[in-house]
Amino acid sequence: MSAVQPVLAVWARNFRVWRKLAAASLVGNFGDPFLYLLGLGYGLGLFIGEMAGIPYMAFLASGILCSSAMNTATFEGLYSAFTRMTQQYTWEGMLATPLTIRDVVAGEMFWAATKSLISGTAILIVAGILGGIQSWDTALLALPVVLLTGLCFAGLALVVCTLAPSYDFFMYYFTLAVTPMFLFCGVFYPIDSLPTMVQAIAQVLPLTHAVALMRPLLTELPLIQPLLHVAVLAAYATASYALAVRLAKRRLLR
Amino acid sequence: MVDFVVRASDVHKRFGDRHVVRGVDFEIPAGICFGILGPNGAGKTTLMRMLLGMSPVSSGEYLLFGQPAGGSELRRRIGVVPQMDNLDPDFSVQENLFVYASFFGITRHQVAGKVDELLDFAELGARANSPVSDMSGGMRRRLMIARALVNDPDLIVLDEPTTGLDPQARHLIWQRLRALKRLGKTLMLTTHYMEEAAQLCDDLIVLDAGRILVRGAPGELIRQQVEAEVVELHGEVADTEVERLVAGLEVRSEHVGDTWFCYAADARPLLERCAATAGLSYLHRPANLEDVFLRLTGRDLRE
Repeated sequence: MSAVQPVLAVWARNFRVWRKLAAASLVGNFGDPFLYLLGLGYGLGLFIGEMAGIPYMAFLASGILCSSAMNTATFEGLYSAFTRMTQQYTWEGMLATPLTIRDVVAGEMFWAATKSLISGTAILIVAGILGGIQSWDTALLALPVVLLTGLCFAGLALVVCTLAPSYDFFMYYFTLAVTPMFLFCGVFYPIDSLPTMVQAIAQVLPLTHAVALMRPLLTELPLIQPLLHVAVLAAYATASYALAVRLAKRRLLR
Repeated sequence: MVDFVVRASDVHKRFGDRHVVRGVDFEIPAGICFGILGPNGAGKTTLMRMLLGMSPVSSGEYLLFGQPAGGSELRRRIGVVPQMDNLDPDFSVQENLFVYASFFGITRHQVAGKVDELLDFAELGARANSPVSDMSGGMRRRLMIARALVNDPDLIVLDEPTTGLDPQARHLIWQRLRALKRLGKTLMLTTHYMEEAAQLCDDLIVLDAGRILVRGAPGELIRQQVEAEVVELHGEVADTEVERLVAGLEVRSEHVGDTWFCYAADARPLLERCAATAGLSYLHRPANLEDVFLRLTGRDLRE
């Protein structure tokens, strides 16, 4: 058996469940960004006009694409994975087969990133319709970036998930990590308008790098240091995977 | 030399300073049903989890098919029926089997015929497409047994397979487990139901506080450990009354709750006295594993 097959089996199990409820999920995937882009992009955009030299709708679309990749993977890696781990004992069932903790965590991570990809595709379509995409020739490159962003935040969410005593614990992560990133990593405005101290902190946060990588792909802004951004996201994904595996082992294999 | 499916030599398990398995030795030859009995907290589930690689062995040698227990590849040859219901609530009966098979790398196509067979075996053929969430406890347990067979395992491990089921459902599960034995499968089960052990097991160990108290076939243990007959005296019977009833007889008596248990190789003299005592409620029965178990582990209920 190859190394990929077990991971794929975990991924496919989650995909089958998702397929059953896909309609509701897709409504959210299309509806939420549509409302955000319409409400903020048009509404606020009317007053703002341009930001960083491009129309606000285009500026915002690339930011929302990244923050939604973060949110989607985070929710899946926290609530859904926690339910499978502690309520439905799905992981325990898997561990009674030849699957290992590494397979289970990797499968969950790729599945959560896949959900980011699904919602990212929806946003890309919506953004296209609303005029949020300036450069169509590089727009499709946004999808691999969404996948990488999804993997990064899925890994981080799984660390929190395997550490959490209960669902309530996730609130810390949202308040201390997810919401600050949503607000301070360049989704709604360029980070260089922030105080230097805050900018320095924003530079170590993964969402900053996702946005910095994404925005030039959808707009006319220049792409600066793409490899650095990819490296930061990949490093977060790899390190969080390794840590989540350790934590899951400690929690489940006692 | 016999090839043992499982062999434990001086197996220990410690969780910090809690020592839950304290030097256990046993071996399970192929084709038998082996029982692990004991009160709650005796270490039964831990022994099982160690075998599956879900809990590392602290010390000692725990062999599965001749190799150290715990390797993920060894799990290809085991089927597991856990104590906790971990069926997938989002899937139908048949999907549960397909998805579980995929964890072994067995494709839907490869397992399709087998799934029908297993559902018939579990008497769930008519429910193949029903959602799992609609099923009774007994059906769910049977589905978990069917699921444990998708990989055609040599050893099936069952953790309290009938806990929480009604008598009819239990009997149906026992029937299915006996059928598995006839197919040449080796079974290892934990239970705290003595009746279950007597019905199914060829060999068993009684575990308490992480140690084996006694080992043997059910019938043999009853013969060795307790007198053949039991007379239970119900209701609030005064100590002096019991003393009078057993006076001069070869009877060992124990008081538990509101019942006196009187053990004797031959209960006839005691029964004559009981019959002559007006208003006494009593029951005469052969000794069973429950008596052995209670005698060995003490009468107090453990949580």
